Amino acid sequence: MENKILRIENLNAYYGDNHVLKNINMEIYEKKITAVMGPSGCGKTTFIRCINRLHELTPNAKVEGKIFLRGKNIYEMHPVVVRQKIGMVFQRPNPFPTMSIYDNVIAGYKLNGIKLTREERDKIVKESLEKVGLWDEVKNFLFKRGTFLSGGQQQRLCIARAVAMNPEILLLDEPTSALDPIATRRIEELIVKLKETVTILLVTHNIAQAGRVSDYTAFFYMGEIIEFGTTEKMFTVPENKKTEEYLTGKFG
Amino acid sequence: MMESHSLSNNHKRSLKDNVERGERFFRAFLLSLGVFMILLVSSVLLTLVLNSLPSIKEFGLSFFTGATWNPVNGKFGALPFLMGTLLTSILSLLISVPFSLSISILISDYIKGGLLSSILQIFTELIAGIPSVVIGLWGLFVLVPLVRKLETKIGITPYGVGIFTASIILAIMIIPYSASIGREVLSLVPKEIKEGGFSLGATKFEVIKNISLPYAKSGILAGFLLSFGRAFGETMAVTMVIGNSNKIPKSIFMPGNTMASVIANEFAEATTKLYISSLIEMALLLFLVSTVINIFGRYVIKRLSNEETEGKNLS
Amino acid sequence: MKKLRGRIFLDRVFFFTIVALSTITIAPLFLILFHIIKNGISAINWDFFFSLPKPTGEEGGGIANAIVGSAIIVGIATLLLVPLGVFTGVYLSENRETKLSNVVRTLTEILQSTPSIVMGIIGYIWLVRTMGTFSALAGGIALGIMMLPIIVRTTEEVLNLIPEDMKEASYALGVPYHRTILKVVLPAGFNGITSGILLGISRIAGETAPLLFTSFGNQFMNLNILKPMSAIPLVIFVYSSSPYPDWWRMAWGASFILVIFVLILNILGRLLGTRWKTRF
Repeated sequence: MENKILRIENLNAYYGDNHVLKNINMEIYEKKITAVMGPSGCGKTTFIRCINRLHELTPNAKVEGKIFLRGKNIYEMHPVVVRQKIGMVFQRPNPFPTMSIYDNVIAGYKLNGIKLTREERDKIVKESLEKVGLWDEVKNFLFKRGTFLSGGQQQRLCIARAVAMNPEILLLDEPTSALDPIATRRIEELIVKLKETVTILLVTHNIAQAGRVSDYTAFFYMGEIIEFGTTEKMFTVPENKKTEEYLTGKFG
Repeated sequence: MMESHSLSNNHKRSLKDNVERGERFFRAFLLSLGVFMILLVSSVLLTLVLNSLPSIKEFGLSFFTGATWNPVNGKFGALPFLMGTLLTSILSLLISVPFSLSISILISDYIKGGLLSSILQIFTELIAGIPSVVIGLWGLFVLVPLVRKLETKIGITPYGVGIFTASIILAIMIIPYSASIGREVLSLVPKEIKEGGFSLGATKFEVIKNISLPYAKSGILAGFLLSFGRAFGETMAVTMVIGNSNKIPKSIFMPGNTMASVIANEFAEATTKLYISSLIEMALLLFLVSTVINIFGRYVIKRLSNEETEGKNLS
Repeated sequence: MKKLRGRIFLDRVFFFTIVALSTITIAPLFLILFHIIKNGISAINWDFFFSLPKPTGEEGGGIANAIVGSAIIVGIATLLLVPLGVFTGVYLSENRETKLSNVVRTLTEILQSTPSIVMGIIGYIWLVRTMGTFSALAGGIALGIMMLPIIVRTTEEVLNLIPEDMKEASYALGVPYHRTILKVVLPAGFNGITSGILLGISRIAGETAPLLFTSFGNQFMNLNILKPMSAIPLVIFVYSSSPYPDWWRMAWGASFILVIFVLILNILGRLLGTRWKTRF
């Protein structure tokens, strides 16, 4: 039986007067990959930014509604705690330029003031980098800055940084849109591997990617959720006409 | 028919020549202005050096280690003023750091644009527009009595004027410089890496401390350097509140003098060639130090803004 | 949980510290303006503007000579150095990458960072010693040299913003280079260049140190630019270090009108300028 780890209830989000997300109701299954798809401006990025409460950091942003992580409303928790449990990887790789690769991986611990012994730190760094397949490539220069790595390597570093925190959910905001096809493939393979340990929400504008990688798909359009279901079903027999039009490339 | 045709050709040719001559003349004129600027600045340096020579020849390096400034018997040691300048510049920089950093952080990380941030920016920078002599006047009649009260309370000689007062006035005057640069470099910190920090669960303070400030470090330091350079050469406000004593001050609450203030006070009365030359030698030092600090500081800032625009391209 | 509470507390404390320190940072501006207005306004009357200073110790009188003196000295600086500065700015804008122009740019920055007291000494050696007397002309030139880098930099920046196609449109009409600059480019940059001039004037109008050994000051009204002349900043300096409360009052009054003048020019200059950018 598949568990539901996240329940979104009547979520509404605003930028000033702009009503960006309209009454979203959805459930996310644990340790599965859920793709969030839709044309530009449909609100998919805003959606996941509400889940790790990053949306409210933008000036003039407002959120209404509830999001339950294993039964607890994240809007009743402190944002810092929420973000420790729900990690994020961004569209453009953003390793911290003033820190080494090593420090980037454990940045979450350092920033949160969590004290670790040298052995604990080394272990976390090695495991996280191995998980993303970077360990062999960088093990000899862990203390160099991360910014000299290629785009694909930088993005894997950012994923390592996020998984090092052992989050319950990993939010990926179009993580391969800035990368070349080979790097994209590697990261897609990595995402599939990662779902064994963490629930993944993948925002993507690449329909084929969603089809390749995800177990479930949510289709957003103009701030509303149009359809949600298993990827297999949605891509073969979508229920909603809009979904079908999007998937066949009629718009977006 | 033929004649008038060739006449008009001649006419056309001389018109073209005139135009070309005019263009060449203008370009040469512009070039000469560039040359003029070079001559101007070189002459400034040359004048200072030439007029310092008598003093350099007479005292050599001991000019800056000599502690006695005695115009009467011709012994000129600039140590009291060198110390005065260094003490006030360093002290004022130290005082200004927390305030200048705070307003930079407030505007770029907490208020982030909009009307309020523009207003705060203007308020910070407006002080730089108030003439130094007016700030000195205020310092003399408002700050000095306050310092006097403080000194009475701590139980030391209530001069009111002195190194401490001068440092406070200087700090007020130099804050706009480092605050404005600090604000600019902090607002250049890419939103993505700040969000990366927040997404890992860091608080705002932790993001500022561990991500924004390290990123903007060299720019912020360059701003402080420029502030220091400004304090180093400031004359009028310091002259009016420093107490004008030519002895090495034994504490920061005693009167002193800076190189700039002793020149302002004594140059018009300087009689002998050696006296004048000694004062000018200090002016030369002021010129050289200000130049080096400013050029270096601006170079660092320029390099930072170039790195920003180049670094935005990822492989 | 305890750890988290500590971090949240630190975050709050940091915020309040920042706000508190920032408030203190802005406070001096208001304090200074407050005292200038409070003490200066009482000195302002008809006499203040139109009478000459009374002999030492006597009450009353005004600073008419200083007001006129400042106007003349700043006028000299502007008339002599603004055209020079504008065209040097043209030179720099028209020659952006040459070695010579880069040298000139660096030297302009050096000139800008020169302490004002050094400029006073230069004015003294170049002009007062050679002419044998203090003079308004020496003061004007010393101030002008201080203003020069501001004019040069502003003009260069403004002209750099003017798109190449405007010049090319002019060339395409057969207009030669020098006319293009004079009749097309400069007028297009008029607002920005004027803004730079206003900012430059506002900066030098308040300078004292360069005048100490050049125009020196004068108790009487003097319109001869080859003789010593009074100026408002000089009066403030001299009167404030005197032992006469009446002179102190006039120093505040002089500060009051000086600050109003300087701030108005500053604001006008910024409004006219293309961007909100402080020229240091």
